[in-house]
Amino acid sequence: MVTDDTLSIRVNGAHRRVRDGMSVAQLALELGLEPTKVAVERNLEIVPRSTLAEVKVEDGDDYEIVTFVGGG
Amino acid sequence: MSDTWSVAGRSFTSRLIVGTGKYKSFEQNAAAVAASGAQIVTVAVRRVNISDPGQPMLTDHIDPDKTTYLPNTAGCFTAEEAIRTLRLAREAGGWDLVKLEVLGEAKTLYPDMRETLKATETLVKEGFKPMVYCVDDPIAAKQLEEAGAVAIMPLGAPIGSGLGIQNRVTIRLIVEGAGVPVLVDAGVGTASDASVAMELGCDGVLMNTAIAEAKDPVMMAKAMKLAVESGRLAYLAGRMGQRRYADPSSPLAGLI
Repeated sequence: MVTDDTLSIRVNGAHRRVRDGMSVAQLALELGLEPTKVAVERNLEIVPRSTLAEVKVEDGDDYEIVTFVGGG
Repeated sequence: MSDTWSVAGRSFTSRLIVGTGKYKSFEQNAAAVAASGAQIVTVAVRRVNISDPGQPMLTDHIDPDKTTYLPNTAGCFTAEEAIRTLRLAREAGGWDLVKLEVLGEAKTLYPDMRETLKATETLVKEGFKPMVYCVDDPIAAKQLEEAGAVAIMPLGAPIGSGLGIQNRVTIRLIVEGAGVPVLVDAGVGTASDASVAMELGCDGVLMNTAIAEAKDPVMMAKAMKLAVESGRLAYLAGRMGQRRYADPSSPLAGLI
């Protein structure tokens, strides 16, 4: 059991520790991502872009963060 | 005379839709799109690269404000995966016009029509406008249309095969029966294949590999633009009838 003030989450399948109290928008920025260029799914639910700054990251969250890439 | 086509209330003058996969660079991709004259490009939805978030992105090279991005579900093998992908695509771009593709197996990349129909129904309920990749089956095409598909996109040959239009009869049957645009999606290998699709009366053609894997993709993109335009013109002009024997073009009267 970790008792520091960090949370354990998964982002795109990889485990990660982040500080407590951050929003999903802050998480994206911390990952070096422009929140307006990505879409975020949190525990299989879409997080609307308009609420990225309001939704708080919680311990155990599972995120998929996607963008457009070349394809057929 | 302007010859436009419409899908889900949006009008386009170009009848060529091109993919954005398999190019050597974003620059080459952007140059090929420009040469093709395409107003719609297909794009994939994938996880961002968290280990290298600063790398260049497709949107930096092909402007989504100028070219319509058509998010595609290529690589999805179930309705559930495809729907999840498109929900994310809608959030990433804000577009409801999407391309649905639910594959049945990796070997042929043939569509799984049971899953495709299921996904179409769900997407339509959620307000999406799905253009749907499908088999060249006129009955399946009709069922997709009834489920709310905004365009029917039968394959001309397996994805990435470059075999050309292998099924002219069934593509034509689909065109004759459809009340929504029909676009050949997959199978085109070279310019004449694109013309064949258009001569059959299709509203458009979608291709990726035929351009991206050409020795000179930008030149091939231009060839495809011209081929789609000439095929379309030939279709509108109405081709001559076919005969089994010769019919001379010079008059027989007045021969010396």
